[in-house]
Amino acid sequence: MGRTLAEKVWDDHVVRRAEGEPDLLYIDLHLLHEVTSPQAFDGLRKAGRPVRRLDLTIATEDHNTPTLDIDKPIADPVSRTQLETLRKNCAEFGVRLHPLGDVEQGVVHVVGPQLGLTQPGTTVVCGDSHTSTHGAFGALAFGIGTSQVEHVLATQTLPLAPFRTMAVTVDGELPEGVTAKDLILAVIARIGTGGGQGYVIEYRGTAVEKLSMEARMTVCNMSIEAGARAGMIAPDDTTFAYLKDRPHAPQGDDWDAAVDYWRTLRTDDDAVFDHEVVIDAAELSPFVTWGTNPGQGAPLSAAVPDPAAYPDPSDRLAAEKALEYMGLTAGQPLRDIRVDTVFVGSCTNGRIEDLRAAAAVLEGRRIADGIRMLVVPGSVRVSLQAVGEGLDKVFTAAGAEWRHAGCSMCLGMNPDQLAPGERSASTSNRNFEGRQGKGGRTHLVSPQVAAATAVLGHLASPADLPAPSGTAAASDVRTPLGA
Amino acid sequence: MEAFTTHTGRAVPLRRGNVDTDQIIPAHWLKKVTRDGFEDGLFEAWRKDPDFVLNRPERRGASVLVAGPDFGTGSSREHAVWALQNYGFKAVVSARFADIFRGNSLKNGLLTVVLPQETVDALWELTEADPDAEVTVDLVARQVRAEGITADFDLDENARWRLLEGLDDIGLTLRHEADVAAFEAGRPSFKPSTARI
Ligand code: SF4
Repeated sequence: MGRTLAEKVWDDHVVRRAEGEPDLLYIDLHLLHEVTSPQAFDGLRKAGRPVRRLDLTIATEDHNTPTLDIDKPIADPVSRTQLETLRKNCAEFGVRLHPLGDVEQGVVHVVGPQLGLTQPGTTVVCGDSHTSTHGAFGALAFGIGTSQVEHVLATQTLPLAPFRTMAVTVDGELPEGVTAKDLILAVIARIGTGGGQGYVIEYRGTAVEKLSMEARMTVCNMSIEAGARAGMIAPDDTTFAYLKDRPHAPQGDDWDAAVDYWRTLRTDDDAVFDHEVVIDAAELSPFVTWGTNPGQGAPLSAAVPDPAAYPDPSDRLAAEKALEYMGLTAGQPLRDIRVDTVFVGSCTNGRIEDLRAAAAVLEGRRIADGIRMLVVPGSVRVSLQAVGEGLDKVFTAAGAEWRHAGCSMCLGMNPDQLAPGERSASTSNRNFEGRQGKGGRTHLVSPQVAAATAVLGHLASPADLPAPSGTAAASDVRTPLGA
Repeated sequence: MEAFTTHTGRAVPLRRGNVDTDQIIPAHWLKKVTRDGFEDGLFEAWRKDPDFVLNRPERRGASVLVAGPDFGTGSSREHAVWALQNYGFKAVVSARFADIFRGNSLKNGLLTVVLPQETVDALWELTEADPDAEVTVDLVARQVRAEGITADFDLDENARWRLLEGLDDIGLTLRHEADVAAFEAGRPSFKPSTARI
């Protein structure tokens, strides 16, 4: 019987297999950041163990870093300690680090791919659940806990229990204005936040094949929000073109050998998935969340659901509690929901295509009075590229704030936070209670919807906008497919 | 990880059930960046009371905690185990432990011993009457002994072997170092490297 993509990558990394024990898997790339690594380094120090493979390990600072005044000392003592500890640990153990202020600094899941370190057929781990992002390259990539971080640092391996396989097939053509974010939000709403538990999801089908690498990363990034261990997309010419000539991509003969291998990384025709989900791309539309988990989402054209309509009592209770926290009432059209804050950024939607898409909507327009809009590139490289293309000017001319790279408002760990009761449209990945700051209310959206929402002050898509002053009609606002 | 064969020490009778990990180590301690220094956070809220059993002078230096049922419920924080160890506990006895806490304890070399509540009661009475009474936790013989008390306990063979050998997960994997080295020797040269270029 044939094997799936995930099974092939797994099999190629088994160091040791023994009856009754989990497989010992080799790890090709270990990414570190300041939040989940300190106790791991401390454990190594106590046991007198070195980092086994410094050449497969790299660190960056992202969660705690401010996005303003980055040359000033960090005010919050906990944030400062975490960053200082990472710097000290990396210096002591010899780990390559890209600290705040470095040109390669940024959100760890943006940095790995842009350096060309994330490659097809590799195993990638990081003490962070959104490590699933890297699966967009056909890598088996998943988040790990702090004791596993220590294990990988010491041994470059992990003992792992087997996973199940799920195929999410999206065939057809995504309608105009429908993005990768809408696609993945619809997938999560369909299978639920626990629906992927124990699975590695492979996204496939003609709509997925047409996505850019950036869009594929958006999709795989949120696999974890469906409860999955990882998400993957088979590598193809789009993947190879993205990787070619990146700083850490294979060169010369190695490149040819790598591509030959990468082309074998496809699910065999006779392979069987443990579970399959099929979605018709043509039925998708801009999607937003109304609740406090990423599965509580609906098409923008819909209304806030009525909890009473849920047959399952626990779903009903969850919906009731979500509406209460979010300050929403059943039946209220989603388009009527007014926001105070708009956030464009994060490892879900902080890459160059995302910024281009948001800028395309804002070009020639102003954000509504009283709206605070933060645009935060996922990395310094993304920032430089955006500035080179003049996108920062578009954002500031529209009234948005252009910030330094980092996780920013994706989570309330740095100064960029919502105040209690404030409401945001956010391109990030989690709408949990308090995720963006205590008492903050989050609606997850695509970059295009975020930008249109900023202009109108309520949840909206670009199609809702009047033509910008002195330009063509609104229907001519072209937003790149899948960005 | 330190090997555990047998340990003899004085005990702390903790007459409370359902001690959750937030009581063992409150959330605000989780901001620390090391694995040690949690001893002052152990049972922090209760220790504000001078009469709390841990605060009494006769309990100083005790190393076996005898607690009520359902010890270690709540959040999965490994810090709870570190806090107990940092304080100086080598073993915890209870009629029932929460699963995740138990897994974390055995992985970190803190022996959690499950004994029937009657035996726990007997240990409480003994050590309350005589704070100097010694309790022996013998992993080789899988037995807890104290004056007038001999109680056998179960522990799965794999967890026991790892404790006796002092093998944490990393130690175990390092036993297969030759397999790891052999795998590395066969990795293709096109695999990514983070070495600066
Ligand atoms: S951007 Fe958000 S989801 Fe991504 S790594 Fe940072 S905090 Fe986590």
